[in-house]
Amino acid sequence: MLNESLSKKRKTYELVMKGLMYVAVFSTAALALFLLIYVLVKGIPNISWELLTTSPSYISQKIGILPDILNTIYIVIATLVIVLPLGVGAAIYLTEYATNKKIVAIIEYAAETLSGIPSIIYGLVGMLLFSNNMGTCLMAGALTLVIMNLPTIMRTTQESLKTVPQSYREGAFGLGAGKWRVIRTVVLPGCVDGVITGCILSVGRILGESAALLFTAGFAHALNGFVQGLSSPGATLTVALYVYAKEQGEFGVAFAIASILMVLTVVINFAANLVQKHFAKRRSS
Amino acid sequence: MKKNQLLEKIIHGVFLILGLITVGCVLLITVYLVISGLPAIQKIGLTDFLFGTKWASTASDPKYGILPFILTSIYGTAGAIVIGVPIGFLTAVYLSKIASPRVKSAMQTVVSILAGIPSVVYGLVGMLVLVPGIQVIFGVADGASLLAAIIVLAIMILPSIIKMSITALDAVPKEYEDASLALGATPIETYFKVSVPAAKSGIAASVVLGVGRAIGEAMAVMMVAGNVPNMPNSLFQSVRFLTTAVSSEMAYSSGLQQQALFSIALVLFFFIMLINATLNFFLKREKE
Repeated sequence: MLNESLSKKRKTYELVMKGLMYVAVFSTAALALFLLIYVLVKGIPNISWELLTTSPSYISQKIGILPDILNTIYIVIATLVIVLPLGVGAAIYLTEYATNKKIVAIIEYAAETLSGIPSIIYGLVGMLLFSNNMGTCLMAGALTLVIMNLPTIMRTTQESLKTVPQSYREGAFGLGAGKWRVIRTVVLPGCVDGVITGCILSVGRILGESAALLFTAGFAHALNGFVQGLSSPGATLTVALYVYAKEQGEFGVAFAIASILMVLTVVINFAANLVQKHFAKRRSS
Repeated sequence: MKKNQLLEKIIHGVFLILGLITVGCVLLITVYLVISGLPAIQKIGLTDFLFGTKWASTASDPKYGILPFILTSIYGTAGAIVIGVPIGFLTAVYLSKIASPRVKSAMQTVVSILAGIPSVVYGLVGMLVLVPGIQVIFGVADGASLLAAIIVLAIMILPSIIKMSITALDAVPKEYEDASLALGATPIETYFKVSVPAAKSGIAASVVLGVGRAIGEAMAVMMVAGNVPNMPNSLFQSVRFLTTAVSSEMAYSSGLQQQALFSIALVLFFFIMLINATLNFFLKREKE
């Protein structure tokens, strides 16, 4: 009814804009669906028990990705263990201690800058800072990733700290607790959800990272234990994908790894959503 | 009592140091890049380095001109923006204003997954779908080209653009839209002529964020752009970006060649800092 009274020009505008929006939304959704299905269809047939549980062997001409899987796990653990105290500490400083607005602004600007720096530059600086001093090894890669993930952990922790009611802190202070005690007993328990969300996001970022690791952690496929692994060069799954696809033309293995990464991406996404929903519910109740 | 106060002071100091770590990291990265990037620029000469059109680092008479890389990065980013921004922007308007809550949340999951896909996976699919596709459709000898890189980058910046634009559009006060509707504008007219202008700082920020993503992407581009240091004279040429220039020779470089790679990284870093400053400008305006 309203539409009938519109001039022709306005009607066309309406139609064109609506059409364009549908095209845009549809292409975004179709693209994601295509990527997911294409990678899974090409990759899953190439995944075998043997691929997952062996190392590459030149003698039998077989490729196994067990070392890459383990390297990925090692580097995730090492990065999180180092970045968590740093990121959480920085967030606590910002929300609990900092009184000087200028310092807060500088720190936040620095964190934003860090999250805008592309990974290839992290890779280069990581190479100069860590690999040139301690050799190309997983630990050098992990330290590079620590700098990259610091802003993420800081931000998610900060956000969850802001939701701890001020009255809790005042109550604790009123009972005579010192600042450190208040932080330990009141503030820290309140930022658990931020820390967990931050961890999940960081794991996702570490899994996807390749440019920063290529020159810091290297691309060897040796099977190592945790400690040995951290001090020797090794490829994570993503780096292995790159090497197999670009350098060796082993597309079957590359797609197998890609489909594993794809599934992990989806899982991480849902996990992050779940955690956020869970804590949001608990907070509102 | 005194002992307690001392403890508190120490703990305060520890947290202060933790807080300043990000600042330290930024300074460290800047200082390292400048120190390692300047020597080669000094040796080659700033104008020869920035505006030299020939890069032949392994030739007997090596040439270190990075204009091809700079132009490729600029063209590649511009192309990605031209394709990615309209799609991302229109998707964001639909999801923020028209879509039902269920569609919105489902699509937001889709967008997050797109954002989470590792860049090498984009590169891999690009290598095996896009590159042969371009070869067949346009009848060129090799599909690994600037065009392939532009398309991959356009897809990779979509999530940042969509997410940030949705946030900005969601924040437009309902009253603005109600007023426009009450004056007789149709919903679509209201969204594009009232809501979008009201959210323009946030949308601009999303574009700048996309520029940053596109100019900094290395691995996916490395896999589809062909990686030959040509001047980007045509869409179907095999080209090398600033990012891929650094990574493709780093493994075997030494001496002046390696120093020149650090200089390229310094140029890239300069671009990124410029983009970050622009982003901050828009974000600040958005907050006001």
